[in-house]
Amino acid sequence: MLDVDPQNETLARRGFLPGRLARAMAFLPLYPLEFAAFRVLENTLSQHPGMLSRLGEHASKRFAIDPVDCPFGIILEPRESTPRLSVVPSLETCSWDARIAAPLLVLLGLLDGCYDGDALFFTRDLTIEGDTAAVLALRNAIEDAEIDPGEALGMPKLAAPFVTASLRTIATQLRTALGAPEELNGKTSGAP
Amino acid sequence: MTLTSSGSSQKTMELICPAGTPSALRTAVEAGADAVYCGFRNETNARNFPGLNFDDAELREGVAYAHARGAKVLVALNTFARAGCTKVWQTAVEQAVAAKADALILADLGLIDWARKTFPDQRLHLSVQAAAATVPAIRFYVETFGIRRVVLPRVLTVDEISAIASNVACEIEVFAFGGLCVMAEGRCLLSSYATGESPNMNGVCSPASHVAYAQEGNGLVARLGGFTIDRYPSGKPVGYPTLCKGRFSCNAKVMHVFEEPTSLNTIGILPALQKAGVAALKIEGRQRGKAYLAATVRAFREALDALATERQLPLPELSGLTEGSRQTVGSYRKTWR
Repeated sequence: MLDVDPQNETLARRGFLPGRLARAMAFLPLYPLEFAAFRVLENTLSQHPGMLSRLGEHASKRFAIDPVDCPFGIILEPRESTPRLSVVPSLETCSWDARIAAPLLVLLGLLDGCYDGDALFFTRDLTIEGDTAAVLALRNAIEDAEIDPGEALGMPKLAAPFVTASLRTIATQLRTALGAPEELNGKTSGAP
Repeated sequence: MTLTSSGSSQKTMELICPAGTPSALRTAVEAGADAVYCGFRNETNARNFPGLNFDDAELREGVAYAHARGAKVLVALNTFARAGCTKVWQTAVEQAVAAKADALILADLGLIDWARKTFPDQRLHLSVQAAAATVPAIRFYVETFGIRRVVLPRVLTVDEISAIASNVACEIEVFAFGGLCVMAEGRCLLSSYATGESPNMNGVCSPASHVAYAQEGNGLVARLGGFTIDRYPSGKPVGYPTLCKGRFSCNAKVMHVFEEPTSLNTIGILPALQKAGVAALKIEGRQRGKAYLAATVRAFREALDALATERQLPLPELSGLTEGSRQTVGSYRKTWR
């Protein structure tokens, strides 16, 4: 998160949002983002009930999702019947079981399956701390779910494919423009 | 870069790909796998990681999906049964057979014997976990249990593989890409010393529940079972948290005592492996994501197709997927000898 240390050299800085944009985001209210993110969580869990089965005992863990280039963090608790999600200005004072940190576009790419988590970890584009088993369970549950961005956003069935394709195109262009790790398309690698 | 495939007129090698989840199975099949290997969500397979693997229904659906597209499914039941608990492993064999698995990948002598007697028509492969690396050892499994294929440990040169392949009556499968175990698998106890659990019995090397990463100072510290096994300076590539790839102080020097974090990549020596009599190539990584899977399977599919038609072999850049961002042909070429 920005308030931790934007110059932190312990993380690779590939794919970071421009500093000015990130600083401007700090003036935006967090509630709309929290509302939208919670709806995505609810939709995803209802569309992919197998995720909770894969998470098993780790469904009740507190995951700190840390977009290191943004002025906010997310606390996620998948929990079987009552999922929770909160967007906070800083994760510093939050308790968590596992922390997953990477630039926002990289985290979204992981969610969408265009990155391999281990490869990002090897190159330091992704950092994890805390309960490693919980992180693996979450990663594997997401991997198997094949989350469709349009459907997760609650788009009508006819519109979802168009929204998904548009979002993926925009995300890919942004990643390219910001020097994020290369998406894996089966022909090339994300080598730094 | 390209590599000519001249001189490789042997039978095309099968491409065997990992599937940690049903989604990964579909990805591998669509990317061109001849077969996928997978396991159940329990201690019967050597990739017993949180959130990974198949339940009984998922396996049946996965086999049906693969068969409908001309691909095979091999089920890895390749750990060693605990005393008094053999029923867990036998049940897994029964479920895999009922799911119409094309082959079972086994390591435990008792389980192999039971599977052979209970299901005489079921194709059985010998897992790398059995560590059979000599002609007499492989012949014993073939002649006693009708093993049809052996997965060789990653400790042999291409010449040694050739010598084995020409003297045994079964197919030879070798690792082609991915995480590298330099140990004779099935006999490695390093993880047990630090965590009390091992890939041989519990299905996990360096179980995630014993792994902890922490940002300390200007670097990342990796711990296994409470032992610090490496400190990675900022910006440096990292590897898996296994003891064999840790850095330790030895004779007053801090170094990788066993091996450096690196991954196997054999695309450049596929003609030599084919000439040595290898029947199947295994991509490692049931714990990896679909993006890794699609990239590696397509790369090897293209290479094998080029090899089959005597075209130049493509050599795609895969180092971004490898541990420590480095790759090697490992023991296949023992340059340290």
